[in-house]
Amino acid sequence: MIPKFDGLEFGIVIAMFAVVTVLGFLATRWRRGASLASVEEWGLGGRRFGTVVSWFLIGGDLYTAYTFVAVPALLFGTGAAGFFAVPYTIAVFPLVMFAAARMWSVCHEHGYATSAEFVRGRHGSAILALLVAITGIVATMPYIALQLTGIRAVIETMGIGGDWPLWIAFVVLAAYTFTSGLRAPALVAFVKDILIYVMVLVAVIYIPYKLGGYDVIFRGAQSALAAKGYSTLLTGSQYLGYTTLALGSALALFLYPHAVTGVLASRSRDVVKKNMTLLPAYSLMLGFIALLGYMALAAHVKPVGGTAAKPDTTTIVPVLFNSEFPHWFAGLAFGAIVIGALVPAAIMAIAAANTFARDIYKPYIRPSASEREEGLVSQIASVVLKLGAVGVIVGLKLTFALEFQLIGGVVVIQILPSVVLGLYTRWYHRWALVAGWVVGMGLSVYMLYITPSTTAAHFGSASFAFSSWGIDTKLTIWTGIVGVVANLVVATGLTPVLARLPRGRDETSPDDYLEAEAPPMPFGPGPAVGQT
Amino acid sequence: MENQTKPGSRKLILLLLLVPLVAVLVPAFYNFTNPSIGGMPFFYWWQLLWIAGVAVCVGIVYLVTRRTR
Repeated sequence: MIPKFDGLEFGIVIAMFAVVTVLGFLATRWRRGASLASVEEWGLGGRRFGTVVSWFLIGGDLYTAYTFVAVPALLFGTGAAGFFAVPYTIAVFPLVMFAAARMWSVCHEHGYATSAEFVRGRHGSAILALLVAITGIVATMPYIALQLTGIRAVIETMGIGGDWPLWIAFVVLAAYTFTSGLRAPALVAFVKDILIYVMVLVAVIYIPYKLGGYDVIFRGAQSALAAKGYSTLLTGSQYLGYTTLALGSALALFLYPHAVTGVLASRSRDVVKKNMTLLPAYSLMLGFIALLGYMALAAHVKPVGGTAAKPDTTTIVPVLFNSEFPHWFAGLAFGAIVIGALVPAAIMAIAAANTFARDIYKPYIRPSASEREEGLVSQIASVVLKLGAVGVIVGLKLTFALEFQLIGGVVVIQILPSVVLGLYTRWYHRWALVAGWVVGMGLSVYMLYITPSTTAAHFGSASFAFSSWGIDTKLTIWTGIVGVVANLVVATGLTPVLARLPRGRDETSPDDYLEAEAPPMPFGPGPAVGQT
Repeated sequence: MENQTKPGSRKLILLLLLVPLVAVLVPAFYNFTNPSIGGMPFFYWWQLLWIAGVAVCVGIVYLVTRRTR
């Protein structure tokens, strides 16, 4: 089914895009230091963001447009299992609170801009740092590409064919990110999130009112799901999969380079910790957005786009808005989704570009690179990454990219022992951590490889069915958990064995992990530790 | 004030971080329809409620550990 072109909606989306573009370019002037030409300034906004800006930046970064279209699509398609996004975004905050604070402190003290730099400094291992850098970049790239699916869902719903809007959106985004760096998405995130909060609030009150209450919605969803063999409750055999997916995703989230960038751009350790209390507000929004999937079921929404046999279910939220709201309001919502895709895409590209500049270009290509050159390399890399992402989405089949995103978390969690345990202990031997990474990554990729989906023989899902190993059960588990446990077992087992090999030099000291606040390094010594 | 709190009781407060984890990561606790609120099954409102719960737990830990960690 191809929807009719809607001029009003299209006009509103274009106008919103234009406003955000102007903001993006103006962001160059926002709280700028002496020069933007360094990773510190361009890629971390000078590490000067306070509580409110950080809240919008990290929130806009982690709760992406893709989440907003994919999570309801998951509930629409498979019922209760899709609600894992809620326990996932609850579990993440208690899990990472102290680790993120320690990460901020040690990186601030030593001027690290990426987790790979921290790993090099902590474990004294260039190989391990390179593995961490590559893991981060590989996990992030498909994530950038996926943000485009949010935009695509909207343009399909508005009845626009072709990929040209994707190119235009990303070329413009690349241009202002190039000039303004992290300040651009930080500023745009304000607009994005205020819009999305308003949309969601209106939607979760107005749509149930129109459909006849949550009672009708859940009963309608249940009968629609039952017809497909799913339910609004979990089955016993889904428990393990639900728990491990939520827990694993929570553990993986702050290992992504873009999450680290958001944390490191904060002004102080206190800002990081305070935000762990404030960020759950986004989870509440996500929870209600997830329920839009059931509202779509109850309202008998038919997804558009994709192919006739397999329509693009990520379009259900835009289609729902289109059918339940006046078109001017739907237009605003579509604009919010488009902007909601641009913010995280920009931060992800900046984070991956910083990783490239600091952890690959500088150590391996031009060790003599100046700060200025490093900054320029990062700027160029961010443009290449974004355009590459559009190329991937347009060139490859969309479902293919979706599968890679599922793999993202499985891949990125393999750096947990090096990064997170590294924040707490020096006990692990660097070569044991390398061996753990190799085994964990190898096992995970193998398990993903033998997991089919309905349309593909390999890399079908990040939920691993034990029946693939000939075990007679319906149980599934999130692949990344198995991989990271293997990783930890190997790293722990080999550390005593490798004790005779030389250890790497640790350039950090225990106090570095507790440092509270100090002016940026170049300007001399800060106040004593613990002072506020 | 902060310095007068015993280190032991400050450590104990960290257990508060475990509460939301257990509450939402064990589906056997909440995979039911009843009691439902306004038509929303227990499964959904229980997990949504814990979003506020996690903010409170993390918030308390933040306030207690503000100056020390």
